[in-house]
Amino acid sequence: MKVGYFPGCSQTGTAKEYDTSLRKVVEKLGTSFDELKDWSCCGATSAHVTNHQLSNALAMRNIMIAEQQGLDEMVAPCAACYNRLVLSQHETNKHPEVKAKVESILETKFTKEVKVMNLLELFMKIGLEKIKENRKVELKELKVACYYGCLLVRPSEITKFDDSEQPESMEKVVEMTGAKTVDWNSKVECCGAAHSIARRDIVLDLSQKILDDAKKHGANVMVVACPMCHTNLDMRQTAMRHVNPEHQDFPVLYLTELIGLALGMDEKELGINLHTIKFNYNELVAEKAAV
Amino acid sequence: MKIGVFICHCGENIGRTVDCPRVAKACEWLPGVEVSIDYKYMCSDPGQNMIKKEIIDKKLDAIVVGSCSPHMHEKTFRKAAVAAGINPFLVEIANLREHCSWVHDDIELATDKAIDLVRMSVEKVKRNQPLTTIEVPVTKRTLVIGGGIAGIQAALDVANAGYEVVLVEKEPSIGGHMSQLSETFPTLDCSQCILTPRMVEVYQHPKIKLMTYSEVEKVDGFIGNFTVTIRKKARHIDEEKCTGCGLCITKCPTKKKAYNSFEENLAFRPAVYVPFPQAVPNIPVIDETVCMYYKNGKCGVCVKVCGREAIMFDQQDKLVTEEVGAIIMATGYKLYNIDKKPDDSIYKGYGEYGYGKYKDVIDGLQFERIASASGPTEGEFKRPSDGKEPKKIVFIQCVGSRDESKGFSYCSKICCMYTAKHAMLYKHKVHDGEAYVFYMDIRSGGKMYDEFVRRAIEEDGVKYIRGRVSKITEEDGKYIVKGEDTLSGMPITIDADMVVLATAMIAQPDASELAQTIGIPYDKHGFFNEAHPKLRPIESTTGGVFLAGACQSPKDIPESVAMASAAAAKAMVLFGSDMLEREPVVAKVNADLCAGCFYCKKVCPYSAVEVREVKTRDGIVIKEIAYVNEGLCQGCGTCTATCPSKSIELAGFNNEEIFAQIAAL
Repeated sequence: MKVGYFPGCSQTGTAKEYDTSLRKVVEKLGTSFDELKDWSCCGATSAHVTNHQLSNALAMRNIMIAEQQGLDEMVAPCAACYNRLVLSQHETNKHPEVKAKVESILETKFTKEVKVMNLLELFMKIGLEKIKENRKVELKELKVACYYGCLLVRPSEITKFDDSEQPESMEKVVEMTGAKTVDWNSKVECCGAAHSIARRDIVLDLSQKILDDAKKHGANVMVVACPMCHTNLDMRQTAMRHVNPEHQDFPVLYLTELIGLALGMDEKELGINLHTIKFNYNELVAEKAAV
Repeated sequence: MKIGVFICHCGENIGRTVDCPRVAKACEWLPGVEVSIDYKYMCSDPGQNMIKKEIIDKKLDAIVVGSCSPHMHEKTFRKAAVAAGINPFLVEIANLREHCSWVHDDIELATDKAIDLVRMSVEKVKRNQPLTTIEVPVTKRTLVIGGGIAGIQAALDVANAGYEVVLVEKEPSIGGHMSQLSETFPTLDCSQCILTPRMVEVYQHPKIKLMTYSEVEKVDGFIGNFTVTIRKKARHIDEEKCTGCGLCITKCPTKKKAYNSFEENLAFRPAVYVPFPQAVPNIPVIDETVCMYYKNGKCGVCVKVCGREAIMFDQQDKLVTEEVGAIIMATGYKLYNIDKKPDDSIYKGYGEYGYGKYKDVIDGLQFERIASASGPTEGEFKRPSDGKEPKKIVFIQCVGSRDESKGFSYCSKICCMYTAKHAMLYKHKVHDGEAYVFYMDIRSGGKMYDEFVRRAIEEDGVKYIRGRVSKITEEDGKYIVKGEDTLSGMPITIDADMVVLATAMIAQPDASELAQTIGIPYDKHGFFNEAHPKLRPIESTTGGVFLAGACQSPKDIPESVAMASAAAAKAMVLFGSDMLEREPVVAKVNADLCAGCFYCKKVCPYSAVEVREVKTRDGIVIKEIAYVNEGLCQGCGTCTATCPSKSIELAGFNNEEIFAQIAAL
């Protein structure tokens, strides 16, 4: 099975470990990636707030590459990329005038519809049972708070994937690793990413609330599927400690890293050591045993 | 043949976009037209007199009126024609308003089209045959479907006028939603206290045949002459023998086997039950799905305790036929429930309010049961999850209403009032409690209605917050309600003990199915359509079928009752004469041409086509042909369009007439 891979900018920088762990996990599960050649910006963030046409053209350029590479489906692991690609594709399909414009900018004709998947859809495609079959370590000690953030399941009319207010798909994936999931309230709350640069105070406040809610509901780790969420929830904990000395570190993992641990890879291999908040499953197990 | 053409300006309605004098002038030259004139209001007295005068003076044989839709004034002009001595079916209406002026804006083109429309009608009227109206007898009995307050009122009014009524209710008791309410706005009088006397009156009325636990399955016939098939569901109790002592209920071992739907699932009931103590009739029903006897053939405790031998396990559903002349629809409403909707549903539901996963996030009817002295908490405010008295309640209005993205576009109309009532009832019993209401606008039109809401705010200290709630979450037994106060522009968070959602009033889930059975139109939400939104709000477009209460659109009690009395009056208008005049626009089969394929029988929506045998003198059947029952035929013309040998013609719309009309274009 060959799936198109659109890494997106974060995967080459702040979310390098997301990229590493994703590639390794997918390979272990018997799927191979066909990375889009000469992929570009997805059109999110600066593009889509300044020039709508530009952001559509950028998104559709990547989908065009997938089509030219003969792919029927592709995965965009970053939630923002995924959202941007799906929305642009929807708009292009729905409005002939947008399609004509995009086609003229890109000097191409779209002939088929490449299915754009998010990370959860990718694992559903691979088959959740496969994770269980290849599992080396049952992550029994983990109580996971699955955090979807704002972009992964919205707007559900267009993504046609899971429920935008009470999603459950990530829990189903996580449960395959042997970890427990907790029922909590902030699954789809805003982490403040849009204000990341301009209003750091808002970001700190919102992200802190999400972490506190996860702890309150008995989680000992949070799992995300978005580089922006990870940046805010993991990296900003140092700043949170400055504002609130009582803040206690709370590990935040990418879903791929969690699966990687279950498949028997170690933290270093998966890049978990690159996180601001340290996490080591074996140490956690040992601590538990000591208590 | 001499034809008169009369063009109406309809004030500016037609005159604004159609040059009426030009139309009249152009029509003067049409072959057969003797006179062609225009006038500002043809339907007015002077207008009608003008028509009459021209008919008499010019000895006209037929007339064409270019005016509004025939739905509006065809009758008026036909009467004028009859007064001047010509057959009413030699009057043709060219619709220059709905079909022309209202839908166009270019005066030149619209005027040309108007001339075409009149010319077509002139060609048709030349070929029209004089017809005489058909008279049919009227069955002076009424069927009322639904035994809520609207159905009860309609049944009582008709019966008190001396006509027989068949009242059909699908639940085991009449009373409807009103019997579930604790108090009613704007007077706060007890709902049961004002309703139950009416229920008893229905039961005791000699002119009312009450059929509870029954459903209408089929309706045949037409205005004045309906044949209705009703399924009387098996109660498994002999209604004649049962005295309503209730022993079977108290002794039934399946104490808490099923959710009590009368208590809005806040309590349980045994397999044999009456919905509530004042039920009418006070005869229990055995629920086959939970009764042990139907599971394993054992138990039978009820049989042993019943001194009247009234338990009938083997009782079957029964089909009953009733003949009636009028039908009053009073099937009421349902509340939009907050559970997660299936993926294929067009309604999304409210995930942000938990899809019903929080026990203390309830709907309005559940709150009524909690507030009701006869309810599961005997009128004490206790929340469903742990039975504790809630000290802070948040009420959220417009859940599903006025929200096209998640529910329905319409306003449910009664929620502003009942939410104010709920908050008031709560404050009256829990003095140290706090009540918050999130609203979009307060819509409290009605006598003493706005005063009632003001009373909740000013006297009872209910806190009204203008804004929507974005999320409800549960934390440590509290419900964290996050919303926005749009007047101060600030986000607001309330930690409530209980949340009440004023969910939308929606049509009964089987309303559209019933509408199809009866043959009345309904809107996209499943509410039955009235014949005219302003001038015929009580009638459906099907003759003899009238609407009462919330089956037509969301309504409160006084409005439902008023509408029910109006529907009763409409039925009685029908019973005012012994014979009913019907338009002679019916289909007729040409016996010589009919090949007996019976395609017409298959397509007829009114089952008006019958099979007739054609015999020789010796009585030998040589062929079977179609025959149209004039009484049943509604003149829709489906059969005439279907007939492959063109051997059915519709009086007033035969092929010659229609083709002449088309050819005139």
